[in-house]
Amino acid sequence: MSDNNFEPTIIGFTCNWCSYRAADMAGTARMKYAPNVRLIRLMCSGRLDPTFVFKAFANGADAVLISGCHPGDCHYVDQNYKALRRFHLMKRVLSQMGIEPERIKLLWASAAEGAIFASEVSKFVDQVRELGPLNWNKQNGGIAAAEPAKEEVAA
Amino acid sequence: MTKNNEEPRIGVYVCHCGTNIAGVVDVENVATWAKEKLGTQGVVVSRDYKFMCSSLGQELIEKDIKEHNLNRIVVAACSPHLHEKTFRTATSNGGLNPFMCEMVSIREQVSWVHTDKVIATEKAKSMISGGVARIVHHEPLQPMSVPIHPATLVVGGGISGIQAALEIADAGYPVHLVEREPSIGGHMAQFDKTFPTLDCSACILTPKMVEAGNHPNINLYTWSEVEKVDGYVGNFVATIRKKARKIVEADCTGCGICQEKCPKKVIDDVFEAGLGYRKAVYTPFPQAVPNYPVIDVENCTYFEKGTCKVCEKFCPTNAIDFEQEDELISIEIGNIILATGYDLFDARKVSNYGYGRLANVFTSLEFERLTNASGPTGGEIVLRDGKTVPKSVGVIHCVGSRDKNYNEYCSSICCMQSLKFAHLVHERSGAEVYNFYIDIRTPGKGYDEFYLRLVEEGTNFIRGKVAEVSDTARNSEEEGKLIVQVEDTLVGKQRRIPVDMIVLSAALEPRADAKEVGKLFGISCSANGWLIERHPKLDPVATMTEGIYIAGCAQGPKDIPSSVAQGAAAAARVIGKIQKKEIELEPIRASVIEEKCSGCRICNNLCPFNAILFHEDRMVSEINPALCQGCGTCVAACPAGAIIGTGFSNEQVLSQIEGLLMLNIEAAATD
Repeated sequence: MSDNNFEPTIIGFTCNWCSYRAADMAGTARMKYAPNVRLIRLMCSGRLDPTFVFKAFANGADAVLISGCHPGDCHYVDQNYKALRRFHLMKRVLSQMGIEPERIKLLWASAAEGAIFASEVSKFVDQVRELGPLNWNKQNGGIAAAEPAKEEVAA
Repeated sequence: MTKNNEEPRIGVYVCHCGTNIAGVVDVENVATWAKEKLGTQGVVVSRDYKFMCSSLGQELIEKDIKEHNLNRIVVAACSPHLHEKTFRTATSNGGLNPFMCEMVSIREQVSWVHTDKVIATEKAKSMISGGVARIVHHEPLQPMSVPIHPATLVVGGGISGIQAALEIADAGYPVHLVEREPSIGGHMAQFDKTFPTLDCSACILTPKMVEAGNHPNINLYTWSEVEKVDGYVGNFVATIRKKARKIVEADCTGCGICQEKCPKKVIDDVFEAGLGYRKAVYTPFPQAVPNYPVIDVENCTYFEKGTCKVCEKFCPTNAIDFEQEDELISIEIGNIILATGYDLFDARKVSNYGYGRLANVFTSLEFERLTNASGPTGGEIVLRDGKTVPKSVGVIHCVGSRDKNYNEYCSSICCMQSLKFAHLVHERSGAEVYNFYIDIRTPGKGYDEFYLRLVEEGTNFIRGKVAEVSDTARNSEEEGKLIVQVEDTLVGKQRRIPVDMIVLSAALEPRADAKEVGKLFGISCSANGWLIERHPKLDPVATMTEGIYIAGCAQGPKDIPSSVAQGAAAAARVIGKIQKKEIELEPIRASVIEEKCSGCRICNNLCPFNAILFHEDRMVSEINPALCQGCGTCVAACPAGAIIGTGFSNEQVLSQIEGLLMLNIEAAATD
């Protein structure tokens, strides 16, 4: 893969109630956006264990998108605030590990904001394309090194 | 290998969805690929099929489960929010636990949003790979059954809410009907005639209002608002603020003497749309239900100056209580119907039409009150001076609707309403009527016939968007008139039409506080601000939140027949729920593995539902499954990994990440 036509792979986490539905809405409205993001549905952005983000990077993702309900709109009262706190923490930890903090993005999207979801995903993909590939799995001696417990999977 | 050492035998089903998916994703290729490449993960069967959700598609799954001894199903089709239930049922019909099924959304997230077929197909493969990796860790789950409280809360006492309340009450179940204004009736109570039949609005509405007011199964809370809602489907608890009427309802007979004697006149800008007066103690209209008045504290002389109390002096039953306070009432309900209605677009915003500046420009609601026999003019159509009968009237359609600057949507009722206005002007004053329209939209039963009738009655229809309404005369003919500047697009020229009166058919807009209402009840609003239904075609009255239904204009602009139909439809859904007595909840819950719990209590304060309790004696936390809503925040936070979140366990999510990135890893390996 050469850098000038680099297409990033991004893992996205959405909550079940707002942001996953925003993605549904973007689909129903046939809004086109960059195909680089693969979504994982959680019940709430508060479920996002930072391990998930590190795991995604370790397995070769170039960036991670975290998406939830707008502050104040959380289906579970205020758990998206917990996601917000963890997001800032993860950013710091990632930069300490030498990963550009621009490789993670937090996006609030309500169920009605399909258009915002689509355009923000495309923008994020452009931003990550600028940063170039992360290759964290290779730099650190492959996934096996990052995660000794799962050697079979990597092999 | 799965937890219980069972060898995964997975069936993958790739749906064409007609051409919705197959038009962009190479579904045959994906299905073949899954069988070949994901065989090591346990994929035994992989098929593509035209419509997986059809009964034949579902039977395919059921048959394969039996023939190939499958124990896990992955369906790559539409969003799980649409068909997860369908495929869980098919999985269960095949003899498996319904939760051994996982959906991968390759329609909403792939074929509908991407155009490059090669890339879309690759993305679909990655996503299926993620789904397969995830389902290996699925475990059979048992849905939790909870009882449904038989009572229902209906919010909004307009025609839609009244209909819903009556249907449920007639079926024998209790209803709490909450209305913000002093009386139920809503906008429909303000109208004189209803299109296209022209039957009198009050004649058909008031009997229903009285029925709702007297029904033994309906608790009416007027002058009240819902302040708080807790709980979940079947078991909500709502707090209603019953605002102080300053009238003891038990003692009031509704005789009306207080209103007669009250010395304070106030402009009524709610019911009379600012055209008439009411007293400081008032019922909005004579047929109000309930018939107890309300003291308007902001305008009452006693509350302003500390003296007066005329009403108290004359009240024959001593029902006035100036010390009365707001009351907070807590009610238990199983289901909620929101029928909160609409607000009228503020026509002042379209400044070129002169509303608020030119006296004889009226809004549609003002005009409704002018034509109403019990309105401020006794049904006389007169100018703002209260006596001059207009010789010519212009009705402007689409004010604030179908307009990029305000609302892009069509308000759906304005054409018919404007035609009704034209008819009423003909009938009452014989004045010349001009209807300025962009398109005439009359898609209802008997609606277009009504339009043709108006054409025959001699209404002048001018097709064109009005540029301006002004009072600047250019010649003697225009002197003292309102001049409508419009491009007549059928003739292809600019026209200036002088009239005495203008009626603006203003848009219907979401309630100003629709967003807050949505938040209070845990449902969403569309970008325009209307409450969102579960499915625009197939599930128009349910919402994404179980147990919350919507009806009438709260969901979008609609006429009376549609509002009534939705009220009844929502009621039918609720009655069905109540009759089942129980509802199965998603068994997505968190639980603590006691042996792993260190008793650090980090999770305790994270839970917004107070579902986590701490056993001081054993120094471990425990989660109450009835209170847990399954958000998973505690699962993510537990430093010991002692909390398991069913349906979204660490194994499931971590494997899905691996699966999603598997293709990339392979590509990197061949670099």
